[in-house]
Amino acid sequence: MIIPHLAVRNILGAGLRTWLNVIVLSFAFVTIIWTQGFNEGLNAQASKAMIDAELGGGQYWHHNYDPYDQISLPDAHGPIPTLLQDYINNSKATAILITQATIYPNGRVYPIILKGIDPGQKVLQLPTRVLTGTETMLPVLIGERMAENAGLRMGDYVTIRWRDAHGTFDALDAQIVHVMKTTVQSIDNGQLWIPLDKMQNMTELRNKATLIVLGKETQPMAEIEDWVFKDLNYLLKDIRDLARTKTVGSSILYLILLFLAMLAIFDTQIFSIFRRRKEMGTLMALGMTRLKVIQLFTLEGTMHGILAALLATVYGFPLLAYFANNGMDLPQSMDSYGVALGEKLFPIYSAGLVSGTALLVLIVVTIVSFIPTRKIVKLNPTDALRGKMK
Amino acid sequence: MQNSELIKLQDLVKTYPMGAGKIVALNRINITFKYGEFTGIVGPSGSGKTTLLNVVGSLDKPSEGSAMVMDYHIESLSHKEAADLRNRYLGFIFQTFNLLSVYTVFENIEFPLLLLKMSKEEREKRVWEALEWVHLTDKVKSRPAQLSGGQSQRVAIARAIVKKPVLVLADEPTANLDAENSHNILKIMAALNKELKTTFIFSTHDEKVIEYLRRKITLVDGQVAKDEEIQNDNSPFGST
Repeated sequence: MIIPHLAVRNILGAGLRTWLNVIVLSFAFVTIIWTQGFNEGLNAQASKAMIDAELGGGQYWHHNYDPYDQISLPDAHGPIPTLLQDYINNSKATAILITQATIYPNGRVYPIILKGIDPGQKVLQLPTRVLTGTETMLPVLIGERMAENAGLRMGDYVTIRWRDAHGTFDALDAQIVHVMKTTVQSIDNGQLWIPLDKMQNMTELRNKATLIVLGKETQPMAEIEDWVFKDLNYLLKDIRDLARTKTVGSSILYLILLFLAMLAIFDTQIFSIFRRRKEMGTLMALGMTRLKVIQLFTLEGTMHGILAALLATVYGFPLLAYFANNGMDLPQSMDSYGVALGEKLFPIYSAGLVSGTALLVLIVVTIVSFIPTRKIVKLNPTDALRGKMK
Repeated sequence: MQNSELIKLQDLVKTYPMGAGKIVALNRINITFKYGEFTGIVGPSGSGKTTLLNVVGSLDKPSEGSAMVMDYHIESLSHKEAADLRNRYLGFIFQTFNLLSVYTVFENIEFPLLLLKMSKEEREKRVWEALEWVHLTDKVKSRPAQLSGGQSQRVAIARAIVKKPVLVLADEPTANLDAENSHNILKIMAALNKELKTTFIFSTHDEKVIEYLRRKITLVDGQVAKDEEIQNDNSPFGST
């Protein structure tokens, strides 16, 4: 126990030099955890928003449906299975019919995806109630970004052209009854929502759907002919991949911070070893083995990391807890980040993240503390006592 | 014990590489030191005094010949064994004190006892005893930077003597001190030699030290030029 005892004495005795290092390291600790928590929060928030507004508890897709293949879309619908119809009747699921269409806002041609949904559905958190319009008027719900890009406002009329089940073009004027605010980018842009029954009539696809969204608590059934169940793991794959890509990007910041922390420790260690050569010689003259001197200097470096973790806890915990509870206001420009974001982001600092980051930084600090001390192995006590190092 | 051999140097040679050639620091040294000696190694700069102390103190190894300290053959000791010898039996006093700057006086003196894994009670008892020997009980909490040269060297003496070593090696212990402090330091060391029977070997070219010695070995160009017993009427030991 002599080495820890001496290491504590040395780093406390070094005073300001120790604390400057510890403060720099603690900044690195807090910033790394803060950044990672931001990413975790971003992922969780984006996933939750998609589940609430688009994915529900999973989806049954018509076997021909491929969201990335617009050409196959005219064949990607079929009669709603009886078993799923029971779910729909009990508000445990909702059917969506999807087709390609074109709108002509302000004389422009604007290709869109037309989606039919039951205005009374309770499965997705979309303001579909506004689609309960008159028999003569076709009410349309769009996202804010769609409205902005197409130059549409609530109350505007827009012409929609589509092909029915037989491939025949048809067109109708529809009225924007609501511009919804949503953090789900796929809903926010390029989509028009209209009542399902009206769309089924318009396309002559009566009682047919492209996909059926289950409620969050609804359990999927056994296999249903012509329909394929897609669970959340599958449906969230894209957003998770995107999050991973973002994580790689933010990892650069992580690595820079880690590098700065390593540099601070490495620099201190190198500086210590050269500046304290005479001290090492004295320690050896007093009977300390080289191995013990190496252990002492390595532990001193590592203790900077431990003290930094403690200091980071003191000011970092309240700071991170504040942001976790109150969220962070996001500027409008964050929309270009590419992930669905709200006005506020709530970072998530899990125990795993905090302890994992702390452990990683401590391991790195220990390794970086050890590397320069290897020079001591070659140190001759008489040279060290004269302040020399080969 | 007083008459038995503590150190035996036989045909001791120490060379250092210098460019393509080498410097002979010690050239065929044959000396025997007995337990309880208070001996000075004198000579001009570069005569090999410090090298001799380094070899005896197992900080360096002979290039040729043998150096035996107690039962340890210095030439064949591993680093660990050499550290063990220094830890258990040797004390060092340096010209520049070599105190650990971040430690207090108490902690500096306590350090060798920590390496010996002594209990806290025993350490405290020994440190206070050492502080009394060197008359520094009022400076326990001071740091080396707050001490004068004389006080620093007294701390170094206390650190060397606190574990009651068999042998203390002092390399120019008074070189950085004024006359008054030099005499004080030498009186303390002489008293410790008398009281604890600790063997002291100095390297010095300070005339003040000579009057305290009982044996003087003169080195010139790495060789023993003279080895003499000294009659010192003024020595704290009295006439020898």
